[in-house]
Amino acid sequence: MAAPILRCARPGRCWSLDYRPRRSRALFAEPVPGRVRGQSSAAAQEPRPGAHEWAAVVGLEIHAQISSNSKLFSGSQVTFLAPPNSLVSFFDASLPGTLPVLNRRCVEAAVMTGLALNCTVNKKSLFDRKHYFYADLPAGYQITQQRLPIAVNGSLTYSLGVGAQWSPSATKTVRIKQIQLEQDSGKSLHDDTRSQTLIDLNRAGVGLMEVVMEPDMSCGNEAATAVRELQLILRALGTSQANMAEGQLRVDANVSVHHPGEPLGVRTEVKNLNSIRFLAKAIDYEIQRQIEELQNGGKILNETRAFDEKLGCTVSMRDKEGKQDYRFMPEPNLPPLILYDAESLPVAADPQQVVNIDWIRERLPELPSVTRGRLVEQYGILPEHSFVLLNEDGLLEFFQTVMKETRAEPKKVIGWILTIFLGYLKQRNLAVSESPLSPSSLAELLNLLDSKVISLPAAKQVFEELWQNQGKTPGQIIREKKLELLQNQEELEEICQAVLAKHPQQVMAVKNGNQKVVNKLIGIVRRATGGRADPGRIKQILEKQLQ
Amino acid sequence: MKRGISEVSHNLWPVASDAPSGAPGRAGPRRDGCGSGGAGSTSRELPFAGSDSEKASGPSPERIEHLERLALVDFRNREGVARLQAAIEFAGQLRAVDTDGVAPMASVLEDRCLYLRADDVVEGSCAEALLQNSQQTVEEYFVPPPGNITLPKQSEQGPVPKS
Repeated sequence: MAAPILRCARPGRCWSLDYRPRRSRALFAEPVPGRVRGQSSAAAQEPRPGAHEWAAVVGLEIHAQISSNSKLFSGSQVTFLAPPNSLVSFFDASLPGTLPVLNRRCVEAAVMTGLALNCTVNKKSLFDRKHYFYADLPAGYQITQQRLPIAVNGSLTYSLGVGAQWSPSATKTVRIKQIQLEQDSGKSLHDDTRSQTLIDLNRAGVGLMEVVMEPDMSCGNEAATAVRELQLILRALGTSQANMAEGQLRVDANVSVHHPGEPLGVRTEVKNLNSIRFLAKAIDYEIQRQIEELQNGGKILNETRAFDEKLGCTVSMRDKEGKQDYRFMPEPNLPPLILYDAESLPVAADPQQVVNIDWIRERLPELPSVTRGRLVEQYGILPEHSFVLLNEDGLLEFFQTVMKETRAEPKKVIGWILTIFLGYLKQRNLAVSESPLSPSSLAELLNLLDSKVISLPAAKQVFEELWQNQGKTPGQIIREKKLELLQNQEELEEICQAVLAKHPQQVMAVKNGNQKVVNKLIGIVRRATGGRADPGRIKQILEKQLQ
Repeated sequence: MKRGISEVSHNLWPVASDAPSGAPGRAGPRRDGCGSGGAGSTSRELPFAGSDSEKASGPSPERIEHLERLALVDFRNREGVARLQAAIEFAGQLRAVDTDGVAPMASVLEDRCLYLRADDVVEGSCAEALLQNSQQTVEEYFVPPPGNITLPKQSEQGPVPKS
């Protein structure tokens, strides 16, 4: 299929769409009312006669709160819960006569993030004012970097389908347009009883990194996965805790639909997304809404929409005032931000006043993609396992603690962690941190299993018991419930003999060549031993006795 | 936050026929081509991105309203609008300078070093002092005046500009 490059100029946004072969886009065939069909990344489908395909385009603007002690331009504290207006300096309250003073840590955080996202870090970047009036913005403008941001032209790679659906061909890349430093605004609370707004400026002036992702994504799942990977990267770097629930990571999605081969459609902006799950839901809903609207002959308005979690839909937030004019102007109180590298570093420079990109690059922490590769090599697990380990908060640490305390093989441990342990957590909607089972307990259990003190079914029973968290160790549970493997050869042989004696028909069947019946006999013996015999040994003994 | 143009000092707003005083401030390599400056904008065409009719006769009523809303400035009367036009013309003198191939100056501070502060908490904890500045507070929150009130329309019927 030909690969035309589509360019579309739109006020405020201009991007080129490299039209890749259909295989890697999520396409929506003419939808059955209420459902999105045809979302497939498999081989290209032949268009059904009369079916008109749609392609969706999703871009993201992500604001990540920088993890620092003090704010971007002032020395007031950055922390989550505090009495209203107690973390506000005169500058944050925009009192006359105050000036912005740039926080070194925020610059370093932006450089680290830029490097981790393969960006070009601009050695010179500029600060601007973006003007608009709102009660939570006391100065009437936000200091940001519109003309020349600190980092540009990067990329983020992510893999679709974690766990069971993981496949090597599902690796995707989204381009990072830019990363810029900017101020956060305060918080407004609406007091409906008294019809007034209450303003808390604790958050005003906190440093943000705005990460702009090009519209290279085509559905909610891709966007959600990309955001998740960004979250993991930011946490690995320590530049942001990126917790969406606490507002440390805010995502706005730009969504549009069009027919492949035609110009891009009008986009809407979706805001108020509080979790990765809602992000995916909102984007998919908006894509579907736009398709239906256009199919019914309607038009898409270039507007802002909010996601209503309860209804699961987007609603228009349109401001009747018309398009905002931010009247950007250079921030007159801040000179350009100059960064250095090993070559350009001035000789007698005060190290406190100089940010060296190369120095930071050498000390970047291990990124998630590297961690995954290392886990595969170190433990011999599969790549898809490493994805799940990193994707679930706290799971990697849990796994590594178990590995330290157990003799069992990594492959066996991974099996227990990813299937049984994670399964229990998911069923009860628990996080790893809320697990009633400690890694030491699991390690002990696996050791007992490994040294054949108990059988696999018995181990699962013990696991269930441990989950009840009654403070017992695996050893205690085993003793109490008498789950130890029957090691005594004579005893086992006696039981097998007895079972064979009770089931003469099955014995005849085996002697006549029906091997499947052997399994049945093994099952009966196992039940007779109360699950305390190793099935392998039973089989051995039975086969010997049946000759 | 409403302030009228009339509050600004008269000295800054020359009448259109005044010759400009030449390039202000530095005589560095950048500003070489502008010693004599222009002779002031002798043509009545106003130097801003407006419609043809606006270029001829000044900002339209809709644009005035738009500017008033954006900047929360009240031009108030014909004299205020006339001052706006004079301001635009005054700024137009910049066009006399040939800036082809010259990079725009970012800030008068651009030769200075941007000071980097250490990431220490040294301010804050002055809620009481800050709240004293506000006419209205509730517990420890600021209560702003009610926002998003539509500004009164001008006497001429001007539709709300939609972009």
